[in-house]
Amino acid sequence: MSAGTLEISGLTTSYGPVTALDTVDITAERGQVTAVLGANGAGKSTLLRTISGLVRPAAGQVLLDGTDLTHAPAEAIARAGIAHVPEGRGVITELTVEENLRLGAMLGASRRRTERGLAQVYEMFPPLAQRRRHDAHVLSGGERQMLVIGRALLSGPDVLLLDEPSLGLAPRIVAQIFGLLRDLVDSDGVTVLLVEQNARSALSIADVGVVLNLGRVVARDAAAALAADDGLRHAYLGF
Amino acid sequence: MQQFLNVTLTGLGQGAVYAAFALALVLIWRSTRVVNFAQGAMAMFTTYLALTVIEGGQSYWVGLVVALVAGLVLGAVIERLVIRPVEGGPELNAVIVTLGLFVALQALAAILFGSTFRSFPAPFDLRGFTVGGVNIAFTPNSIYIIVAVVVVMLALVALFRFTDLGLKMRAAAFSQEVSRLLGVPVGRMLTLGWALAAGVGSLSGLLIAGGSLVFPAYMDAVIVYGFVAAVLGGLDSPAGAVVGGLTIGLLLSYVSGYLGSELVALAALAILVAVLLVRPQGLFARTAARRV
Amino acid sequence: MSQQTDEPAAAQASSPVATGAPRPGPLAAVRRRLPRSTFGRHALVVLLALVAVVLVLELTSPFRNSQFATMSYYAIAAAGLTVLTGLNGQISLGHGALMAVGAYTTGLLLGDDGTGLPLLLVMVIAAAVTALVGAVVGAAAARLHGPYLAGATLALAVAVPGLAIYFDHTLGGEQGLPVASPDVPDWFADAVYFLSANETPTAKYLAYLGWGTLLVVLLLLANLMAGRIGRVWRAVRDDEVAAELAGIRLGRVRVLAFVVSAVCAGLAGSVLGVVVRLAAPSGFTIVLSLGLLTAVVVGGLGSLEGALLGSALLVFLPPAVTNLGIGAGLDGTQAAQLAPFVYGVVLVLVMLLAPSGAVGVVKKLWNRSRTNRRGPSTRRTG
Repeated sequence: MSAGTLEISGLTTSYGPVTALDTVDITAERGQVTAVLGANGAGKSTLLRTISGLVRPAAGQVLLDGTDLTHAPAEAIARAGIAHVPEGRGVITELTVEENLRLGAMLGASRRRTERGLAQVYEMFPPLAQRRRHDAHVLSGGERQMLVIGRALLSGPDVLLLDEPSLGLAPRIVAQIFGLLRDLVDSDGVTVLLVEQNARSALSIADVGVVLNLGRVVARDAAAALAADDGLRHAYLGF
Repeated sequence: MQQFLNVTLTGLGQGAVYAAFALALVLIWRSTRVVNFAQGAMAMFTTYLALTVIEGGQSYWVGLVVALVAGLVLGAVIERLVIRPVEGGPELNAVIVTLGLFVALQALAAILFGSTFRSFPAPFDLRGFTVGGVNIAFTPNSIYIIVAVVVVMLALVALFRFTDLGLKMRAAAFSQEVSRLLGVPVGRMLTLGWALAAGVGSLSGLLIAGGSLVFPAYMDAVIVYGFVAAVLGGLDSPAGAVVGGLTIGLLLSYVSGYLGSELVALAALAILVAVLLVRPQGLFARTAARRV
Repeated sequence: MSQQTDEPAAAQASSPVATGAPRPGPLAAVRRRLPRSTFGRHALVVLLALVAVVLVLELTSPFRNSQFATMSYYAIAAAGLTVLTGLNGQISLGHGALMAVGAYTTGLLLGDDGTGLPLLLVMVIAAAVTALVGAVVGAAAARLHGPYLAGATLALAVAVPGLAIYFDHTLGGEQGLPVASPDVPDWFADAVYFLSANETPTAKYLAYLGWGTLLVVLLLLANLMAGRIGRVWRAVRDDEVAAELAGIRLGRVRVLAFVVSAVCAGLAGSVLGVVVRLAAPSGFTIVLSLGLLTAVVVGGLGSLEGALLGSALLVFLPPAVTNLGIGAGLDGTQAAQLAPFVYGVVLVLVMLLAPSGAVGVVKKLWNRSRTNRRGPSTRRTG
């Protein structure tokens, strides 16, 4: 088995009496983008939050290359190689751009590798390089998204969990970020679990798609097949 | 003129101590959103430990180390045992917990060390320098106080600005969730933050005590002055705490010198109310709006 | 609102849960005969309490009488504080300072030879003066919350005793201001003699005075809490934004809560003055303010019974703890510090283990036992 296989089985998460995730099974493979789609409240963000340890599941398992991470604390899961880029507020605005990036690089990387990684991120996202000494609150929405993705990459993850990276961004920037993501998966072979409401864009770069509705998996197939399924698209994906 | 100079110099020395105390309050506020009203009592307690060591025949410097180490340990233990459970809960609960610690520590000190006034030694001469034949209210010990505070502040700046540990501590203070996702052990960082703050608080307690009298309530007024200084600087800003501390030290020294020492606490209250009503975000806050 | 008849008045006012269908049985018959209005029910409870007070004060020793007098002024202040903190969500560490205002006013107006104004008038004036101070403090406090308000009122508690020292000509400085002990009115002594054939020494008269004041305060507060103002206070505490959207003027509501609370503190200070016969800075330290906070937190924030219970602890716990300490080999001054040590520890433990206080725990157990009797269907999941 190659490094970076994320296996989720029977995962169930409740907020009080409300079941947000109901016995969800998903396997995400290395070198693939797995898109998790569905309407607001379908349980997409809860899925990522449960995987990364921010929320405790009521039942089920999360395995990374066979290692059980189900009940590990969030910081241990991060160190095991799962980088979660949370929706919207992932930037620590009180720190500078570079400090934000360095935080990502701290997971075990040597100082030399950190400097090289930083240089790569700045090359990938030139706007960040210009503002490296500024507090991150000066960044625009697109730049913040670049920052959190760059920061996640610096931690050298096996698995990247992305929560609504397109939220609030102009279509051109979405295309740019998704393009970058695809290149990354193809060249570095990371595993990506991509949660999106913007199903059309997500399916355009995904290999596999999973559709959630009210916490349950209602469909799973190759991304192209999902995009071609008119009934499914109308019922759950809204395009 | 000479009185003005003396009052100013006295105010600077006191201001340095208030700055350290306010800084300790700010460090804790930034990381856990708790105003540690027990900080004065904690510093009082560690100063008594130092006094016990010194009266046992050790030097002042051994006492200093004992107080600082005891402060670190006390801060860490308190955060772990009684603050952690109320963190993120209703804000009144955390306030009440620190007040409970305040009362309990003060009473415990009275039981263990007695309620009588005891004199605490100063490491340096308490007689003022003579400038042009005139004796001024600036002593070798005042220099020691100011140098000690400056050294600690530089050390903290170095820690927070230039080390990975400091960066992790700041990240944990600003955003717990994001920090955990980046593998930062947030709980440990918060404990460490409390420990450091309590260490700085212990230092200020020890510096105030030097060459003066200690008794279980001797830090009560300092809590108020330190709090006023921290609010003046904006509770979130370490630099603000330092400037606020010096400002409060000077202002209160003028009040004491020209109006009467009984009015010092009242003046502190007036400054606090004025700041909170006129510029609630403090002089150094980054964010424009703050709920006070 | 609940229609229970077997709980003190305040429970009806502050009970957060509607207790459902009336219980059948003989109680229903009793209930039908009770006054229908809230005020009437509260007044009835107070009347019963008055009988209990007379019985207790007539049957206990002069020493206990003076302990009850002490309890009465703690309870008056604590009742006011519990309304402020528990119902309106504003913390105050400055109630000791407000009590000082009441006590000093009383001392000044009574005169040290007792030739001043009549006592009841003095108490009303003391309450009014404290209300005025409370309005000023409240106006500043209304804009603050949580730790900021705690810090500001802490500063108040530390600052006010300094005033007494600064104006030492009128206020007596460190030594304090002697307060004349009131004479027992003849009609009062006669009335007590008629009832119990006992003499009425001053200590007992002061206990009656304190408890009389306390019962009046409790009656008024219970009605306030049960009425529109109480609802508005709770609404502001629970959700400021929603309250403001509902048209409540937050500032005014907060200041009013502070004034009501200050009136209680002023009355408490007034009673303290005549009971202790002295108003001195050392009597109004931060420890007094924190003691009051302990009383309302331990009893359960926002509950008048809790304030009563907490005040009883403030008075009756220290001698017991001090005796324990002396038994364990501590000397007198050390043992005297055990009580504040216990307050502090209890304050922390209550917040960690039972933030709703003693009354809250009892209510929870009571509700649980009722739920169990009705069966599991009403229990919520999660």
